[in-house]
Amino acid sequence: MIQLERRPQPSRFWSFFTPVVAVIVTMIAGGLLFAALGKNPIEAIRTIFYDPLFGEFSFYYRPQLLVKGGPLILIAIGLSLGFRAGIWNIGAEGQYILGAICGAAVGLAFYPTESVFIFPLMIIAGLLGGMAWAMIPALLKVKFGTNEILVSLMLVYVAEQLLASMSLGLLRNPEGHGFPGSRNFQSYESGHNAELIAGTGLHWGLAAAFIAVILAYVLLNKHILGFNIRLTGEAPRAARFGGVNPTRLIVLCMGISGALAGMAGLFEVSGPSGQISIDFNVGYGFTAIIVAFLGRLHPIGILLAGLLMALTYIGGEIAQANLGLPAAAIQVFQGMLLFFLLALDLLSNFRIRFAAKGAV
Amino acid sequence: MSTPLLSIQGLTKAYPGVVANDNVSFDIGEGQVHALLGENGAGKSTLVKMIYGLVKPDSGSMTWRGQPFAPPEPRVARATGVAMVFQHFSLFDALNVAENVALGMENPPPLRDLASRIRDVSETYGLPLDPSRTVGDLSAGERQRVEIIRCLLQDPKLLIMDEPTSVLTPQEVEILFETLRKLKAEGTSILYISHKLEEIRSLCDHATILRLGKNVGECVPAETSARQMAELMVGDTLQTPTRTAQDGGAEVLRVQNLTAKSGNPFGTSLKDISFSVHAGEILGLGGVAGNGQDELLAALSGELLTTPEAVKIRGDAVGHLGPNQRRGIGTLAAPEERLGHAAAPNMSLVENALLTGAIRKSLTKNGFVNWKGTKDFAEDVITKFDVRTPGSDRAARALSGGNLQKFVIGREVLQDPDVLIVNQPTWGVDAAAAAAIRQSLMDLAAKGAAIVVISQDLDELMEISDRFGALNEGRLSTLRPTAGLTIDEIGLMMGGSHGMEVAHIQEEAGA
Repeated sequence: MIQLERRPQPSRFWSFFTPVVAVIVTMIAGGLLFAALGKNPIEAIRTIFYDPLFGEFSFYYRPQLLVKGGPLILIAIGLSLGFRAGIWNIGAEGQYILGAICGAAVGLAFYPTESVFIFPLMIIAGLLGGMAWAMIPALLKVKFGTNEILVSLMLVYVAEQLLASMSLGLLRNPEGHGFPGSRNFQSYESGHNAELIAGTGLHWGLAAAFIAVILAYVLLNKHILGFNIRLTGEAPRAARFGGVNPTRLIVLCMGISGALAGMAGLFEVSGPSGQISIDFNVGYGFTAIIVAFLGRLHPIGILLAGLLMALTYIGGEIAQANLGLPAAAIQVFQGMLLFFLLALDLLSNFRIRFAAKGAV
Repeated sequence: MSTPLLSIQGLTKAYPGVVANDNVSFDIGEGQVHALLGENGAGKSTLVKMIYGLVKPDSGSMTWRGQPFAPPEPRVARATGVAMVFQHFSLFDALNVAENVALGMENPPPLRDLASRIRDVSETYGLPLDPSRTVGDLSAGERQRVEIIRCLLQDPKLLIMDEPTSVLTPQEVEILFETLRKLKAEGTSILYISHKLEEIRSLCDHATILRLGKNVGECVPAETSARQMAELMVGDTLQTPTRTAQDGGAEVLRVQNLTAKSGNPFGTSLKDISFSVHAGEILGLGGVAGNGQDELLAALSGELLTTPEAVKIRGDAVGHLGPNQRRGIGTLAAPEERLGHAAAPNMSLVENALLTGAIRKSLTKNGFVNWKGTKDFAEDVITKFDVRTPGSDRAARALSGGNLQKFVIGREVLQDPDVLIVNQPTWGVDAAAAAAIRQSLMDLAAKGAAIVVISQDLDELMEISDRFGALNEGRLSTLRPTAGLTIDEIGLMMGGSHGMEVAHIQEEAGA
């Protein structure tokens, strides 16, 4: 019989290697899935993991990796702080949308004035917009004890309606011949989040993501606030005894995650996406949850996990186009990754013993 | 006398390091309400678990109406006619009363029949309960009724109740007692476990008193005074106090009319507590667990905020200050629960040193943690308090209970507090380590700190404290110098059966 035995000390080895094992197991299970769909599993896995990096058209895909990874990393870093403290902001997608709307609105308000101050102002507006949207579940939780998971999730759908309303109404391009959607920032220099080095996919959003990784690392490892965040997640009662004010911590963690998601939205709308439109959001806010856990809520881990997730996105798209794999199969594949990671997580705190049946 | 319903002969059960029951024998007659009385850790729970088939005795035997009785599992005990209401309920909040009852039955009837049977039983025994209500909405007393009705539906011959009144209001206690008397009148035997003397005197026909796993006496409660029972419970092996009251120290901690509602729904609220502690003095607070100990520690440490004037340190009102602000003025605390409250289980000892040491040891600068200094502090605690661990990077949960306790106490003592409040400082610690912890507390007092020790170990309190008081139902007895206290007096202070306390209970029941 298989027995699980609690380790006295969490295993360092497995904390580092469960993500690697999870990726390998996902490849195997995913391969079986693709085989069951009648595709060559090895070719499918190669298309997803190898082609975007080293394939024939990798010069096109590699920058895409950074474009997609940037927002995922930025949002996931914010989420990870709350998750560490046991505060579950599931609504980053909504905060991402609000950040984009607020940032874009500020930029468009200045159109066609050109000034170097406009883009920084847009960033601040995006940050505040995301933060304000996250404050709704935070304050409701603090004041009335509501569940932040439900409230933040529901607010995603409210944000989507708001986005549709904005693209059809207030922010619609007056010169757009009645088509929904705002002016395009690619044709407004002061508000455009252009590539920093042409052809690399590197834009300000990615720079912000790298800065967030470093700051989060310093916060969690060197600062008492990061210690309090970890402590609250590990042992809430001990945190209270240690003088942590839970109310302040909830507001802070929700605020930071909302602000980073809002910034990600702004960088996306002013850069790769270019305009506010009804289908502006593509699920980065939700995927970032997977990225946060795949990266074990550790800043460096999140950096790597964000790039890996971006890889499966791009590889998935190639597989859809070239091999005719259904989109749902790619989503299942991404879901498996999180599933196996969480399941294998067991290994860092438990060891498996194969004991003879009946033996105690 | 006729054959007893259940006869227990020489039951013994040992766990590693402790003999929970040592050769315990007694009889429960048909239709008798039998009390099992004893302090925490006296072995009451182990004994009833053996009767209920949850634990197998090492030796000894039981007979049921003259027949050998050795239930290998609770199902067999239930089939014989034993039913048990546990102290902690096993109910599903999301299901209704009837569904919960059905889940606990061997062969549940259809839900509609069951609902009507529940209604019948609840009317017959005066236990108002609507079978269609959701358990999540019920009060603690009503939840207990669900458990009792679940037992009664199986028509038990012996009903075991484990500290049933610990979660009840005085009114609910009255309802429960009426039910139990009715059951008794119908011939059901009841084994009633408690440490509340007054309850036992009003309800039980016969009492068996356990101390340290041994049957130390039997009595008829109605004919025995609470004082005599308390004596039996506490025992006559108390050490004579070795400390004499210190004098001359200035008053450091003053608690004035402290009233606070517990944060925990099953907790005990503090009611009008007043006392003061002087520099160099150790105040010992005894009392049975769950009488407000956790709440008093929380109110003094700053986890439970009160009106500013209720707690004063050197004349300054601090009742509204949080834990870190109190640490700033030299007031430290060590809670009872080591894992999860005093220490974070998965964090290293270094991180746990930071948990309470950050302020007084100046371990942060502009919010940035000085990990080197924190590690030095943790290692200082480990060395000076002889904490056995391979290193300060070990997770707190990897340490044995006694070693972690040494770390938790050492962490506070080495911060040189002016006021230190500890709850159960030597709980689960071996004798040598316990002696070291007590000595460190006495040394700290000798240096001029004011110390409050909350403990259930009376010997410990007699050994180290200058003055003694007991908590009961969230109230504090009058404080007495430890020197010259007799066992009688301690028993009375703890049992809460002094005149004043009875008056309080009646007052509440009438309110």
